[in-house]
Amino acid sequence: MSVIAYSVARASLSRSGSMLARNWVAMRRAWVLVLSGGIESLLFLFAFGFGVGALVGDITLPGGAEISYTAFVAPAILANAAMMGTLLETSINVFAKFKWMKVYDGILNTPMRPWDVALGEVWWALIRGGIYVGMFVVTMAAFGLVDSWWAVLAVPACVFISLAFAGLGLTLATLFRDWPDFDWMMAVVFAMFLFGGTFTPVESYPGFAQPLVYVMPLYHGIELVRGLSLGDLSPMMLLNVAYLTALAAAGTWIAQRRLSSALYK
Amino acid sequence: MPAETNQTLVRAQDLRKRYGDFEAVRGVDFEIQRGEAFGFLGANGAGKSTTMRMIGCVSEPTGGEIEVFGLDPRRDGTAIRGRLGVVPQDNTLDNMLTVFENLTVYAGYFGIKRREAKARAAELLEFVQLSGRSDDKVDDLSGGMQRRLAIARSLINRPDLVLLDEPTTGLDPQARHLVWERLFQLKQQGVSILLTTHYMDEAEQLCDRLVVMDEGRIIAAGSPRELIDTYVTKEVVELRFNGLHTTDLAEIASGLGGVGAQIEPLPDRILVYTDDGDDTSAALEVRDVRPSSVLARRATLEDVFLRLTGRALAEDEA
Repeated sequence: MSVIAYSVARASLSRSGSMLARNWVAMRRAWVLVLSGGIESLLFLFAFGFGVGALVGDITLPGGAEISYTAFVAPAILANAAMMGTLLETSINVFAKFKWMKVYDGILNTPMRPWDVALGEVWWALIRGGIYVGMFVVTMAAFGLVDSWWAVLAVPACVFISLAFAGLGLTLATLFRDWPDFDWMMAVVFAMFLFGGTFTPVESYPGFAQPLVYVMPLYHGIELVRGLSLGDLSPMMLLNVAYLTALAAAGTWIAQRRLSSALYK
Repeated sequence: MPAETNQTLVRAQDLRKRYGDFEAVRGVDFEIQRGEAFGFLGANGAGKSTTMRMIGCVSEPTGGEIEVFGLDPRRDGTAIRGRLGVVPQDNTLDNMLTVFENLTVYAGYFGIKRREAKARAAELLEFVQLSGRSDDKVDDLSGGMQRRLAIARSLINRPDLVLLDEPTTGLDPQARHLVWERLFQLKQQGVSILLTTHYMDEAEQLCDRLVVMDEGRIIAAGSPRELIDTYVTKEVVELRFNGLHTTDLAEIASGLGGVGAQIEPLPDRILVYTDDGDDTSAALEVRDVRPSSVLARRATLEDVFLRLTGRALAEDEA
């Protein structure tokens, strides 16, 4: 049995890999477009970290530690970069391939299954998110914003954020009917960015607002990346990881179900 | 090896597909043999494409049985699709890729290695006469070229059976003939072909055997010659009356009793089915009906279709 399970798993991975290869070939001529997404996060870092940071100076964390505001904000913007890279890739690009270009219609006439398509898109989104994260971490280090060796772990932490938002983006791509739906998505994303604990500790919000923040996936991503890059570890991080992983699994599963029911008609 | 003791590629029994209240395919039976060019002939909405999609394992039957290569599409879709070549009605080419990449990337979906994929892609572009357009974007190709590329793509995995859904719909006459030539060549190479069409001449030229579908059912089956022999006479005399209204035609037709084997008034002409066109034309002259034109010709599949469905295909055209 295990031999069969192995060969099935290998075939399945190579199928999602060929979806990844397709995206690679398609984007080969448009790398500037891919890189521009990462530059946006860097602009945020400069504007808020160095601009606002210079005004605010140092802040005191709820735990009592005192750090520079730039060091506080940077991990959150990093988490945001990981989110945006994958969310845009999976939602808008997958929606275009699904509804407008009908790319998947052709692909499903081959041995590929909706599951392979969904997984392939997740891998690709992870790569795109990874590029943004890489650009960002290098910049953070160059400006002396990486205080601890734990920061090395901020990179894999971003993979969890990317995974979660890849799943979410895929689901949205299959649920959305037309482009105006994306305006709503961007509004929600912006709200998460502003209120998910990016600029101030969540503990400083009024009590009634805090549960709302805890539901936001970006909040969990920010907590994780910030904790690791400041070397401020807590058991709550396991919960953050669990939340993000669950979101990734649920999102990818729903997406492949939706692709099945839309394309296997 | 799958349980393929004989040469039957597809076997369907009482196959059905229902969408909500609408039953698109209402219990069809057919068998497709290896090496055969098999056709589904019918108007739009007859259930041809739906049946094709069920064979292609991208649509799950809601009733009946279907076997492709001796396998069950509900369970073995991946294995079956790996041995099929599919040319969908709307091509579904990847317009973010070049012509050449459309073939090599598609080969990847079948797990074909890159070197092999490139070799096959070059060979297939040669076959469909698109070698000079390798690096062009798909959107820059004409409709006929896109269809030829879709045909090339469907052959990348050296399929045991090629499914073509209306391969020449929407193409200009020249492009149609190019596609027909390629399909005819494939046939000669022994590739099994299954195509849907609403063009009678296409079915007559390409299909060894076909079924006529109407409203989700198969209403006739056989070779083009068999169908003509069974359902219509050897020849047909077409009478046209310039300037006369459809109701006038019906009246004239009712006065033609006794001429030929059967009379069929259509909106624009009257068809007289007969075994001897010259005899019948002579007999009509005696009747003093004064048509503006008389054409005696061999019966075609189109006549079969008109007899069977009692209406012109043109009515169903969008």
